Amino acid sequence: MNNYYQPQAETMPVEDIKKLQQEKLLKQVKYVYDNVKYYRDLMDKKGVKPEDIKTLDDISKLPFLSKDDLREAYPYGMLATDLENCVRIQSTSGTTGKRVVAFYTQNDIDMWEECCARAIVAVGGDKSDVCQVCYGYGLFTGGPGLNGGSHKVGCLTLPMSSGNTDRQIQFMMDLNATILCCTPSYAAYIGETLKEKGYKPEDNKLKAGIFGAEPWTEEMRRDIEKSLGIKAYDIYGLTETSGPGVAFECQEQTGMHINEDHFYAEIIDPDTGEVLPLGSKGELVFTALDKEAFPLIRYRTRDICILTREKCSCGRTFVKMTKPMGRSDDMMIIRGVNVFPSQIEAVLLNEGYAPNYQIEVDRVNNSDTLDVYVEMTEESFSDTVKEITKKEKKLAAAIKTMLGISPAVHLVPAKSIARSEGKAVRVIDKRKRLGINI
Amino acid sequence: MAIKQLSIFVENREGTLVTVTDAIAKAGVDIRAMSVADTQDFGIFRLIVTDTKKAKEFLEASDCFVSITEVVGVAVTDEPGSLAKVVRVLADHNINIEYMYAFITVSKQYAFVVLRVADNAAAEKILSENGVRLVSEDDIVNL
Repeated sequence: MNNYYQPQAETMPVEDIKKLQQEKLLKQVKYVYDNVKYYRDLMDKKGVKPEDIKTLDDISKLPFLSKDDLREAYPYGMLATDLENCVRIQSTSGTTGKRVVAFYTQNDIDMWEECCARAIVAVGGDKSDVCQVCYGYGLFTGGPGLNGGSHKVGCLTLPMSSGNTDRQIQFMMDLNATILCCTPSYAAYIGETLKEKGYKPEDNKLKAGIFGAEPWTEEMRRDIEKSLGIKAYDIYGLTETSGPGVAFECQEQTGMHINEDHFYAEIIDPDTGEVLPLGSKGELVFTALDKEAFPLIRYRTRDICILTREKCSCGRTFVKMTKPMGRSDDMMIIRGVNVFPSQIEAVLLNEGYAPNYQIEVDRVNNSDTLDVYVEMTEESFSDTVKEITKKEKKLAAAIKTMLGISPAVHLVPAKSIARSEGKAVRVIDKRKRLGINI
Repeated sequence: MAIKQLSIFVENREGTLVTVTDAIAKAGVDIRAMSVADTQDFGIFRLIVTDTKKAKEFLEASDCFVSITEVVGVAVTDEPGSLAKVVRVLADHNINIEYMYAFITVSKQYAFVVLRVADNAAAEKILSENGVRLVSEDDIVNL
């Protein structure tokens, strides 16, 4: 079954893709140099001018952009066009005042939604489908991205947003949803809830699911497929590049095709920054080839993966990326939210605690759990359980405000958090025992 | 009048109480009364000892978190209904008891009860006015 949303682009011969990418890159580098002072300064510092970029391979001469750059440039530093040309912002979850805010022109939104539409069509979606989107709507890109893609395909779109599982199930069953879009952990949870309510996998009309925004395993894919009676597909993207849909899985389910007409992908050695050949494991770097408002050149995703270009049975010629196999920084993805230990540390300091803490992440019943152990201070100790519990709750609320997800906070005695070689072990990610690539 | 109580924060896992009891033993201090409040994660070990200052010193040397709280001590006759009277007097005056624990003296004439309330002075006044015998720190040390 060959399902394409934009067949001409999706099945373009590799030489043509390269040619197109080269044309777009040269134009884009000049556009960014002329319009984004922040990146122009980086290029000048490195002694590179737009005219030095003559071929696709010359991209290695250009400076990288990191998340720190985007935070530093907050809010308008990376903007390449007048605000009046912009129609939307989206934002990453992140430290207050340190989040990344991405701007979109209408063309940027169209490109992003078309990428999502390709993902929906690739899993067998068309205008006869009912697409239930239970990614969060709002600043998070998951809901708006898939919602827009679903519109472009012409599906009947159910803009459910996340949560309220009973209502999700009611709409799913009563309105005969055929495609489900959400995080894999939420899909698993819906599957379990359906079973608890006495539904069998064949009772729903779902045929496919598009699941992303958090790490998941092949085992989890099989569980979801079994419990919902569907085929489960992966999708990849980041707010910085646009949102979900930068890469998507086809029916072969062997990795995600990168939308190469819009994004140029590189794999680099995270330590040296050297570009590695196809098939190498390294850090994924994206260049957005035609974004107008918030263009990114050589953005370091910190995701570790492998790119391959083998003939795919779906007929798409786009390069494929594996699921991210890890991170080259200390970011964790918990319940679909990006979490840095430094964010939790900032809350502790702000609340008057010493930065002696340990973060424990696990996955229980297919849902991520976050436990934060914090060493008690002299001032925070009192003789009643009530007071200590109150302090734990206050700290949990402050962390929730920062991260958007609720942790369980545990106050522990002084010096009880293990220190090795003077350096504390900050994060224990127990999800690794489940084979999840964090 | 109030009695000084030591509160020690301990993790709820095997072995943590040993640190506390060892430190008290090293200090050469007698424990007169104790109680443990437990939650899933932690416990609060509360002690009335013969030398609060010395015990605190030794506990802190063992990296324990110690706080000193003043609590009210009362002596109730060792017979049915006498504790009920104490509790009712406080309730009638809207004084909340955060926690309490009791210990029986060697003489068995009295049971000593330790009460944790928000306002010690108010509780002591009301209790005395209602004929409840209060216990001083000396009474406990000299048991």
